[in-house]
Amino acid sequence: MKKNLIRAFCAMTLATFAFAGPTKVGFVTDVGGIDDKSFNQGTWEGVKAFGKENKLKEGKEIKYLQSTAEADYVPNLSTLADENLDLIIASGFLFENAMIEVGGKYPKQKFLIIDSVVKDKAGKTLPNVANAVFAEHEGSFLVGVAAGLKAKADKKNAVGFVGGMKFALIEKFEAGFQQGVKAVFPDCKVLVDYAGSFGDPGKGQALAAKQYGAGAYVVFHAAGGTGNGVIKEAKERTQKGDVRWAIGVDKDQFSDGVYTPGKSAVLTSMMKRVDVAAHDVAVMTRDGKFPGGQVLTFSLKNKGVGIPAHNPNLSADILKKVAEFETKIASGKLAVSEIPAK
Amino acid sequence: MNLLLTMIPIALVYATPLVIAALGGLYSERSGIVNIALEGIMMVGAFTAASVTVVLEPNPLAAYFGILAGVLAGVVFSLLHAFASINLKADQVVSGTALNILAGGVTVYLCQIFFDQQRTNAFTTGLAKISLPGLADLPVLGVLLFKDVYPTSYAAILLVLLTWFIVYQTPFGLRLRACGENPQAAASMGISVLGMRYTGVLISGALAGLAGATMVLTQDIQYTLGSVHGAGFIALACLIFGKWNPFGVLGAGLFFGFSQALSIYAGDIPFLQAVPLDFFYMLPYILTVIALVVFSGKSVGPKAAGELYDAGKR
Repeated sequence: MKKNLIRAFCAMTLATFAFAGPTKVGFVTDVGGIDDKSFNQGTWEGVKAFGKENKLKEGKEIKYLQSTAEADYVPNLSTLADENLDLIIASGFLFENAMIEVGGKYPKQKFLIIDSVVKDKAGKTLPNVANAVFAEHEGSFLVGVAAGLKAKADKKNAVGFVGGMKFALIEKFEAGFQQGVKAVFPDCKVLVDYAGSFGDPGKGQALAAKQYGAGAYVVFHAAGGTGNGVIKEAKERTQKGDVRWAIGVDKDQFSDGVYTPGKSAVLTSMMKRVDVAAHDVAVMTRDGKFPGGQVLTFSLKNKGVGIPAHNPNLSADILKKVAEFETKIASGKLAVSEIPAK
Repeated sequence: MNLLLTMIPIALVYATPLVIAALGGLYSERSGIVNIALEGIMMVGAFTAASVTVVLEPNPLAAYFGILAGVLAGVVFSLLHAFASINLKADQVVSGTALNILAGGVTVYLCQIFFDQQRTNAFTTGLAKISLPGLADLPVLGVLLFKDVYPTSYAAILLVLLTWFIVYQTPFGLRLRACGENPQAAASMGISVLGMRYTGVLISGALAGLAGATMVLTQDIQYTLGSVHGAGFIALACLIFGKWNPFGVLGAGLFFGFSQALSIYAGDIPFLQAVPLDFFYMLPYILTVIALVVFSGKSVGPKAAGELYDAGKR
């Protein structure tokens, strides 16, 4: 009898080992909060989608911690690491330093940083941290196609780009946009300006006024808060009858461009699908294929960048053309350069 | 020349909130209270204006009600500064700093409560540019001053004239200045120093609130933590650079606005193209520092500004 019990017990223990249990995922927000309609909310939606597929309980097997200050990043990451979750996610380059510190302290814990690559002092990625980045130039190419076709359809001959700060990452947006415009409308002028700041709407507005004044019909901004000024200028002009368009970035900015109910000056947006990144890496972790130390690129191929599902301001023709280019780039038939033409 | 014609309206848009806020600082400092809380008051004014505009839209006057609410919110918020630095005799710089810090927290907190996010919802247009019929068609001058200008820019210029009149031409102005120069002497003539200082701080609250409202409704699509981004401090610099004088303030504000416009158009001016862009990003701030250094020797502020009022001091 006793022997049988021991046997049964052993069998049970073995069974639990064989069945690894649910994949627990934790997420630490930055100071923007969980409902920022941007990176935090997007990432959490990806985690929630993963939770739903795997029947995980929110608050137990999938959970998030909100940071109220930058000083919270390290403690929040550590708190989740102490709970032995299977994957801990943070979104945004602001987490770089915190990730290096906590990643080094918990070498067995699996982490994911989205939209950034974490490297130690020797310039190597950490073996327990996966890095997800985006092919911004590919998504920007698509909005470039949309802008070019829109300008062509309405008989205009210039579009514009307003960047936040001039460095390699933002230049990827510029490069993709330029190539997209030229692919469908080679004679179209592309005006380019950089604001030198991501948080100066006044400057965004002034730059937009300058570009619209010089004939730009559509302006694509990759400038965060500075871009608010671009959208403001587009709304104001359109409302007065001088129709101009803005293109949003990172998330679907349609609602930011609404000037009368149902009408928006935001033509479309270049979205970074942080939710796709969070979801896909969680799936890899569940399947025992956690890409530690690797840099994953989310591109058109794996739906990591792109335009929103609904684009009320784009005609069916334009959407069809955009979809064609999307297939071409995703299949590798068309390569988009990351470096702007001089 | 054409370039200049397009730069000046942009300079004007930039200068408007700076001039209005600096005039606010002028009233406060002329009464003897240093007000470095301009930035914080602007944030509160901007938040209130954006929220009220969002709620009242699509009413065509929504933005104007928003501005009014921003002014009132500025007055209420500046009461804290007045109470702390006049009644409680707190250090005015510390009290102002506290208000600046508080403003960032409290506005985002209220956004979270009202809009369930860390910013207000986007309003549809906010304040739109206007063209004055007839005048807008004038050659040169029309483009410069009467075509596509925000109504708040006119308000700023009117406020400069009004402030000059009030401060230098009325008994109230004389008393206000007396309280900032020698409050004991003013008190000996039967002037209520406390009353004058309260008035000065509250007017500065109203104007800084107006400046914040202007900034968010003319340049932005919603209030965020970054909507004001340091304009209050630049306004303080304009006040010093403008030697606590309304016309000086106007000049300083336009100067700063113009250097911002220059940074936007530098790439289009042939002989400036060789200069790296970053230089022009720094330019407005460098020019401000240089101007402050050059003028600080001669710029004399109100003598008693920043000092605690001690009725018994001789």
